Amino acid sequence: MTDTVQTSPDASFHSGDAAKARLRKRRNAETRLRAYGIIAITLAALALVSLLYNIFARTAKAASEHYISMEADIAPDEDNFLKVVKSAAKEAFPYASGRKNRRAIYGLFSDGAADDMRRAAEEGTLQTGDAVPMRFLMSDTADLYMRGEFGKLQTQPGPNALTIEPEGKGFTLRTSGDAFADALGLARTELANEAATLRRQKARQSVGIETLEKRLSDLTGPERDDTLAQIEGFKAKRDQLETKANALDTLITGDRDTRLKLSNRMASFFVAANGGILKLTEVAADTALATPLVPMESASGVGGGDWSLRILERPEIGRPVKDMQVAILETLKSEGRIEEIANWRFFSLSDSTQPEIAGIKGALIGSMWTMLVTFCLAFPIGVMAAIYLEEFAPRNRWTDFVEVNINNLAAVPSIVFGLLGLAVFINFFGTPRSSPLAGGLVLALMTLPTVIIAARASIRAVPPSIRSAALGLGASKTQTVFHHVLPLAMPGILTGTIIGMAQALGETAPLLMIGMVAFITAVPEGITDSATVLPVQVFNWANASERAFDMRTAAAIAVLLLFLVVMNAIAIILRKQFERRW
Amino acid sequence: MNAPASALNTDDAIKFRCENVNVWYGPTHAIKNNDIAIHDNSVTAFIGPSGCGKSTFLRCLNRMNDTIDICRVTGTLLLDGQDIYSKDIDPVQLRARVGMVFQKPNPFPKSIYDNVGYGPRIHGLARNKVELDEIVEDSLRAAGLWDEVKDRLAAPGTGLSGGQQQRLCIARAIATRPEVLLMDEPCSALDPIATETVEELISTLGERFCVVIVTHSMQQANRISQRTAFFHLGDLVEYDTTDAIFSTPKDERTIGYVSGRFG
Repeated sequence: MTDTVQTSPDASFHSGDAAKARLRKRRNAETRLRAYGIIAITLAALALVSLLYNIFARTAKAASEHYISMEADIAPDEDNFLKVVKSAAKEAFPYASGRKNRRAIYGLFSDGAADDMRRAAEEGTLQTGDAVPMRFLMSDTADLYMRGEFGKLQTQPGPNALTIEPEGKGFTLRTSGDAFADALGLARTELANEAATLRRQKARQSVGIETLEKRLSDLTGPERDDTLAQIEGFKAKRDQLETKANALDTLITGDRDTRLKLSNRMASFFVAANGGILKLTEVAADTALATPLVPMESASGVGGGDWSLRILERPEIGRPVKDMQVAILETLKSEGRIEEIANWRFFSLSDSTQPEIAGIKGALIGSMWTMLVTFCLAFPIGVMAAIYLEEFAPRNRWTDFVEVNINNLAAVPSIVFGLLGLAVFINFFGTPRSSPLAGGLVLALMTLPTVIIAARASIRAVPPSIRSAALGLGASKTQTVFHHVLPLAMPGILTGTIIGMAQALGETAPLLMIGMVAFITAVPEGITDSATVLPVQVFNWANASERAFDMRTAAAIAVLLLFLVVMNAIAIILRKQFERRW
Repeated sequence: MNAPASALNTDDAIKFRCENVNVWYGPTHAIKNNDIAIHDNSVTAFIGPSGCGKSTFLRCLNRMNDTIDICRVTGTLLLDGQDIYSKDIDPVQLRARVGMVFQKPNPFPKSIYDNVGYGPRIHGLARNKVELDEIVEDSLRAAGLWDEVKDRLAAPGTGLSGGQQQRLCIARAIATRPEVLLMDEPCSALDPIATETVEELISTLGERFCVVIVTHSMQQANRISQRTAFFHLGDLVEYDTTDAIFSTPKDERTIGYVSGRFG
């Protein structure tokens, strides 16, 4: 016996301290591994939940749209419905005179309002006559304002009485207390910033003067004179800047009645009184100059509590909804003339440059056609290829070559398939560009390897005893495959097909190559019509500059996800059907 | 080989006559120049140690070896005087005449009825549902399974017990009305009670069919077969009536094997 090699069992080997330590170590390792697993799953679940929350929270915004109720005069044979909308708007807001205000008013309405009327007229359901009560679809920016996308209008009730006196085109407002303090503070800050800018410019002039004066001792003759003149110019400029800055300082620290201007780079301040809305243009501590946006019923003073100050934090320059539109929308809202209705339009219309009348229908139908073409090609060809390779093909260099190539195809970047589709299907075979046929062909090529690999794996997984049993009964090879092997392999094949189809459904890059990114507003009626598909629609909308496309992008993603869920559900039902028969 | 067929004192007609049969798996010579005559309406058992070629020989009889790419068969195998390896014999048609039961029960994952009815269906043995019902019932009765499953013909065949599954496979095999029934160790995956049932069944079937059974168990061969062939390392060492093989074996190797000295 040697000391190092233990040949007879030693009782202490499995029960001593060293054994306990080994046990502890092993258990710790197992606990750690489990913890890693739980952490990984938790992280994945959190990522999924936050993704879904993000998408559906934004989708919820696209679920409704806003309408303005107005009365319109509609002639029985009317065909210019845009004009109907405009004249109805003109009638409803007679005080909005002047080009700029008119444009602001028209900007509240969508082209969809006229489209709705035209559609109703075509269906014969449009009510004609004078002063017909109608609902008009809001424009995207007005709709976004109603959703508070540009900030909520804050209301501060005016505690003390307000006197109103006409001054020029506007009014002078006067009240006691510090109702205008916020506006004044902002105006002061703005002036202080402006003064600081002027002083920075002044400092630069001073540096210039200093530099020139240093150089002066080295110069003689006309050069010296030129420099001296230059210094004088700089000094004058410096003094001028100083004076301007000081003037601003005086304004800032001025007495209670010094009115400071409000600019469109600051928050907007409105006063609502006597049923009208005024916009403050200049403020002092307890007095302000205001221009009317929505006219008041009377210009008499109002008591404390009967007027209010309204503040929109975001400066007018930073939002597409102008102050005039804000005032009108707020008035309409207080009159109860704004309605929020479920947005079914999103499912009945196709793409548009105007977000409020852009819908998903074209892309949804386009995706359905494309998936149909993809499935009809990839599934039978893939399954047949797998059956041949797995059951009938001899094992030789050729089949090995084919197998390697199929496996490699599955790893080819999808855009390469797009290039191939462009070169072969569109340029050579003349398949219509942007059509679900071309898209389906390209996606079928992309899906084929996935289907073949999955189908081969599941055919191989069918126990050989089933084949022996069938062959032993005198079934031919074909009967064996189609009666026994294929039904048994079908669940696996369907799973693989669904993975491939889901991939194809979400594919954008190859479709860009064959022109499915084109702006198409018609719903495709067949596989040769121009069409777009859901992921490309998402891609297009995500690139759009209009902010209202943001929520529609989320809604389109939600539709894409639902499409996927429905497709998977069908596959699962089919799979269950196959499984139940055994 | 010592002239095998002549050694048998029987009036049963010869079903299979095999001469100079050689089988290669790639370079491996699995069956070496064997001759055998298998009689109708009786049970013939193939015994021998593992890897001796008895299963391979069995699979030659219905050309199941064709499904193995590297397998090559030469020699003459006559079924009722007709060479089953000749060009004008369709192996698929042959397998309908020569049924097979495998070592492990392998019912299709379908109902009991469909399992038994599959063969008749693909061979067009039944013209309508009534005829098919009849064939299914007859086959299940012949396999001694009818009373156990008649109330659940729609239940999956895979839900039966091991012994029942094997009898289902036998019923499935005889439903195609074969002339010969090949059995490749049909009881090796079964418990003793199920084995007994299946053995009784095989004995009964031997009166109607030409049954060839491969078995590891010498007792089983002794119990159910009329004739026994002993294989060793690819050679058919000895072929005689079962009684003769077990009581008065001639070859040294047979003596060694049946007395339990090797194998």
